[in-house]
Amino acid sequence: MQTDITDMEHLSEKDRERLALTGLEVGMQNRCGSFFQIDQNVVQTTCGAEGVEMLPIKAALEKYDWVKDYYWNAVPKDKDKYTQYLAKQEDPQGLVVIAHPGAKVEMPLQACLFLREEPVQHVHNIFIAREGSEIHIISGCASSWQKEHGAHIGVTEIYVGKGAKVTSTMIHNWNPGISVFPRSATIIEEDGTFLSNYVCMQPVHQVNMYPTARLVGKNAVARFSSIVVATPGSLLDLGSRAILGAENTSAELITRAITTGGTIISRGHILGEKDNTRGHIECKGLILKDGIIHAIPEIEGTLTGTELSHEAAVGKIARHEIEYLMARGLSEEEATATIIRGFLDVKISGLPAVLQKQIDTAIDKAESGF
Amino acid sequence: MLDISDLHVNVDGTEKLHDINLHIGEGETHILMGPNGSGKSTLLKAIMGFGGYTITSGSIVFKGKDITHMPIHERAHLGIGMMFQHPPAISGLKLGKLLAATSHMGEGAIEALAQSVNMEPFLTRDVNVGFSGGEMKRSEVLQLKVQQPDFVMLDEPESGVDLENMSLMGKEIAGLLEKDIHIINRQRSGLIITHTGYILDYLEADQGHVLIDGQIRCHGNPREILRVVKEKGYGECLRCKQI
Repeated sequence: MQTDITDMEHLSEKDRERLALTGLEVGMQNRCGSFFQIDQNVVQTTCGAEGVEMLPIKAALEKYDWVKDYYWNAVPKDKDKYTQYLAKQEDPQGLVVIAHPGAKVEMPLQACLFLREEPVQHVHNIFIAREGSEIHIISGCASSWQKEHGAHIGVTEIYVGKGAKVTSTMIHNWNPGISVFPRSATIIEEDGTFLSNYVCMQPVHQVNMYPTARLVGKNAVARFSSIVVATPGSLLDLGSRAILGAENTSAELITRAITTGGTIISRGHILGEKDNTRGHIECKGLILKDGIIHAIPEIEGTLTGTELSHEAAVGKIARHEIEYLMARGLSEEEATATIIRGFLDVKISGLPAVLQKQIDTAIDKAESGF
Repeated sequence: MLDISDLHVNVDGTEKLHDINLHIGEGETHILMGPNGSGKSTLLKAIMGFGGYTITSGSIVFKGKDITHMPIHERAHLGIGMMFQHPPAISGLKLGKLLAATSHMGEGAIEALAQSVNMEPFLTRDVNVGFSGGEMKRSEVLQLKVQQPDFVMLDEPESGVDLENMSLMGKEIAGLLEKDIHIINRQRSGLIITHTGYILDYLEADQGHVLIDGQIRCHGNPREILRVVKEKGYGECLRCKQI
């Protein structure tokens, strides 16, 4: 193990490029805080934002007694074998972000989880946005270009306090032999807003996740957006779930899925169990080359005051759309790429421009492969 | 500009156009009329080169080049443009992005053109998604203004357009066809499908053709053809051919 790596700038050129693809600013421009974990070693934790702290999980548990109330709370220890594996670890690693009451930071914090040499990377993150705070976190997860096989197991617990807002953007850039098992859950209190964005457009062996948001306070809002591409040999078993557990809460689950030969299972579940709740699931899939897109949207209402809907569509690019653009002078390849770019263009309201740009860049990079 | 000789076109294995001969000279505007289903749109799509419109015999020559089997975008590059009657809605693709992708114009030039057809607010909207009939037509005109084709085909530019927009459309189409330039110097040509002839309130056409059952039955003065069709219907054209 190379030990001279104290921040991202010490990585090889190739690996820095891979991290840049996940939206991470290696030089920290446009970032107000940064956390960097290679395998099981935390190599950097800095945060210059007022009212916001980024701490390695052990330090956070030592510094604030109350952090333990957030540890293994949203995600139960015995949820499945992956959480059990993590719960058994004597030396937990990961990031705790604490936004103290009223702290609002427009500039994103970045968390970088890099799988370099060890067979398994495990991480336990906790994001706590206390009353009236606002934070944007970009998590870039990547593996070294020379890392052929491995697994990443990550628990992320997110707590959105009263009137708080959390944007969590996760961009993955793994290798064809890496398996990834994020286990995430979010609890959103009154007037809280949670925006979750997930982008995975590079080859991976397997991603398996089904994050859940529990909206427990009135007027809470959750929105999950996923933009994914499954290349040959990739299995993306993804989903998101929202439990509308308080009056006047709403949730939206949006997925854009493209297969170029891999398999995507796009799950979604919204449970409306309180009055005046609204939920919508939207999954659009494009099959560019023979592969599988299996959309499983579930909506479940338990009383008259909930309104839930879903729409799912899977298919190829319509020929007449391509020809329409060709009639304007684009070649068939240009027309196809232009339509795909539009298909993936999910504008996420409330996202800082710098994060939207990062997502756009990830899409642009992947687009050259279509 | 455009020479179509003995053209036969199949759609889904059935011949839809039989033995079409059509010559459109530089600077000329032609009107194409005919009952529903007679093959007017099929002719335009065959000239543009759309898949599914198979040319079984005959030829299309544009600016002296045989384009009978040329890909669509190469025809567009040569200077053929088309206003679609039912353009597809493409979700996610912004109109402004489409215009930028299909031209070398700068953002400012595109915005100015959009303004000229009251489409500036639509540049950030998905192409044709939720557009009204009139908005769709204005979007088509805008795309053609950006593309600047030498030969414009317009498939029912009046349909779905209210009176106020019709006047704008009429003027803009006249502009695309360089009607403000003297006929001797005019270089742009057009082929316009019309059912109502309203477009003739805004521009003069040089020739008219009537297409019935996949055949061009008569050529003539566009206003005269319109008058006969208005008075006697297409039955008169059928009889013409039989005489």
